[in-house]
Amino acid sequence: MEQIEIIEPIQETMEEMYVNMGPQHPSTHGVLRLMLKLDGEVVTEITPYIGYLHRCHEKIGENRIYTQVIPYTDRLDYLASMYNNFGYVLTVERLMGLQVPERAEYMRVILAEMQRIASHLIWMGTFGLDLGNFTIFMYCFREREKILDLFESVSGQRLNYSFYRIGGMPLDLPDSFLTDCKAFLEWFKPRLPEYDAVMSDNIIFQKRVQGIGKLDQKTAIDYAISGPMLRGSGIKWDLRRDDPYSIYDRFEFEIPVGSTGDVWDRYMVRRLEMAESVKIVEQALRDLPPGEIMGKVPKKLKPPAGDIYSRVESPRGELGFYIVSDGSEKPYRYKVRSPAFVNLSVLPVIGAGHLVADMVAILGSIDIVLGEVDR
Amino acid sequence: MEKALERFYAAFAALGIPWIVPQLILMLVVASLVILFISVSVMFMIWWERKISAHIQVRYGPMRVGGWHGWAQSIADGIKLLIKEDVIPAGADKLVFALAPMVVFAAALAAYVIIPFGPNLIVRDLNIGVLFYISISSLTVVGIIMAGWSSNNKYSVLGALRSAAQAVSYEVPLVVSILGVIMTVGSLSMIQIVEAQQRIWFVIPQFAGFLIYLTAALAECNRLPFDIPEAESELVAGFHVEYSGMRFAIFFLAEYANMFTVAAIATTLFLGGWHGPLLPPWLWFLIKTYFIIFVMMWVRWTLARLRVDQLMNLGWKVLLPLAFLNMGITGLVLVLLG
Repeated sequence: MEQIEIIEPIQETMEEMYVNMGPQHPSTHGVLRLMLKLDGEVVTEITPYIGYLHRCHEKIGENRIYTQVIPYTDRLDYLASMYNNFGYVLTVERLMGLQVPERAEYMRVILAEMQRIASHLIWMGTFGLDLGNFTIFMYCFREREKILDLFESVSGQRLNYSFYRIGGMPLDLPDSFLTDCKAFLEWFKPRLPEYDAVMSDNIIFQKRVQGIGKLDQKTAIDYAISGPMLRGSGIKWDLRRDDPYSIYDRFEFEIPVGSTGDVWDRYMVRRLEMAESVKIVEQALRDLPPGEIMGKVPKKLKPPAGDIYSRVESPRGELGFYIVSDGSEKPYRYKVRSPAFVNLSVLPVIGAGHLVADMVAILGSIDIVLGEVDR
Repeated sequence: MEKALERFYAAFAALGIPWIVPQLILMLVVASLVILFISVSVMFMIWWERKISAHIQVRYGPMRVGGWHGWAQSIADGIKLLIKEDVIPAGADKLVFALAPMVVFAAALAAYVIIPFGPNLIVRDLNIGVLFYISISSLTVVGIIMAGWSSNNKYSVLGALRSAAQAVSYEVPLVVSILGVIMTVGSLSMIQIVEAQQRIWFVIPQFAGFLIYLTAALAECNRLPFDIPEAESELVAGFHVEYSGMRFAIFFLAEYANMFTVAAIATTLFLGGWHGPLLPPWLWFLIKTYFIIFVMMWVRWTLARLRVDQLMNLGWKVLLPLAFLNMGITGLVLVLLG
């Protein structure tokens, strides 16, 4: 096999220096490798190299029957496994035209929004680490732990749940879940101002994140940015509201948006989204109907020939699944539109020209999960 | 004390041994005592920092080693570091790489000469005490640059350069903030400075100076929010990224020894040194010093890190003018009071 040369030969001058950041580096959030061209402390050029976590996700998907793909989707964005399951089963259901029972829909939304909170918590904690604030990390993990406990009581798993099924949910919520979940929400709401005290209200934190990594609306749209990054730039685009799936159109919630598109705006969008997710979960818990949790699904899943693209608003942005069916038990083509991958593509644009420390903050504000970037 | 020393010298003189021999013995004993104190106090501080950070972060920290709240954790860690393989990177400048931790530690050690633990508990009451400390503490940065450069690693070079820039920016406000105290006392001797605080601690008339000193001292120790030379999320570990085992332990030891020195100087200059009721002087001194160390740890586990340019701006544009203002006002008041 021919050896492919990835790295072009580097010419260093006295003023400029190439620094290899990653794949083992504390603030690349996984196995991302960045080639930084430094002029003193200023980053003049960023070249991301990805693929260290490539698992042939999409190719594997083409060799498995439709239900067998669900566990693989867990490993995409492993901080929001519930949401990956959600996106995938929704795509197959739409392809087959399956109906999902009411109760299952409510369960899906509850778990998905709890997952969003958990994912944003991890993001907030690791963002704190990037800026040198270790304490917020522990605070966020304390809360996430409680969410994981809830998920464990529902699915028996703590990270890769594989809990959604095509056509419904496999298990009903345990009896204790309603009270536990309500208790958690009551406990969680006063925690949000606590984060503000440690992070948002801190003058050092504000000075560090305000005005850096500005992403204007045009660039954001040109690069197909989605999720909190897009909303941070002031574009009110949330698939839960603009392209409602499942039962999201039944809930009342705000869509927080930023104004300038700097790191601070992205931070605030995620910080406020946690409160909105709490609202959605509360409404869903209130309205949760009794009944079936699994719809009428044929023994063998053979979707009609055709293709479909369906998308959900994952904690990172537009998570899309594209499936081409040839009428057999396995997908003919299977493609994931990963928000982290697309959002990462804008890093060389918004990161260049900043100091190394700012570059770390900007990378942190993109909120990448390498499992999803590399697939 | 004085008489015992005289008899000690006389005994050697009687045997016809030149004075240099008892002198050397004495130096060895004192140096060993200081190193012993540093080691014990650093081990305590590391354990303490882990406990404080743990309790700030709603966890327990080390709980197992040694039984009671993991008190022996630092000893275990120290032994582990001592018996690790001594690794020198292939591309490193071996001599400089080996010398760098020693330079850093020697600078940290030398500063202990002028720390007054009690009225008679001082290695040497130099009449230029404060000046001695200031000059010795700047030597640390030489060792850091040696370490960063000799490692032949881009991250450590960046860390060393940042360290140099930081040391230059923060040494100046640090010195100027101390000047207020020195002007009031009219002496550089540590003993005399403490004795001048019999009635009132200088933290009251020199409160601004105290705050400036504390801020600059945090930067001097490379601690958060000024730990830019070793910024973990940017430079991984900065200048000592290539160091491991014993050599890393020495860097670590020096870092905490420096922290103690900085806190001890703050105690001496602003918090009245060993003065205090009931308890013995040395205990008062340690209580005050460890209180300042506690504040430094508290700050570290609560705040985020500044950026390089913000650090420079704070040093040159905020702290230095404030320190000069403080010095000017002190001078004015002294002149007015005659």
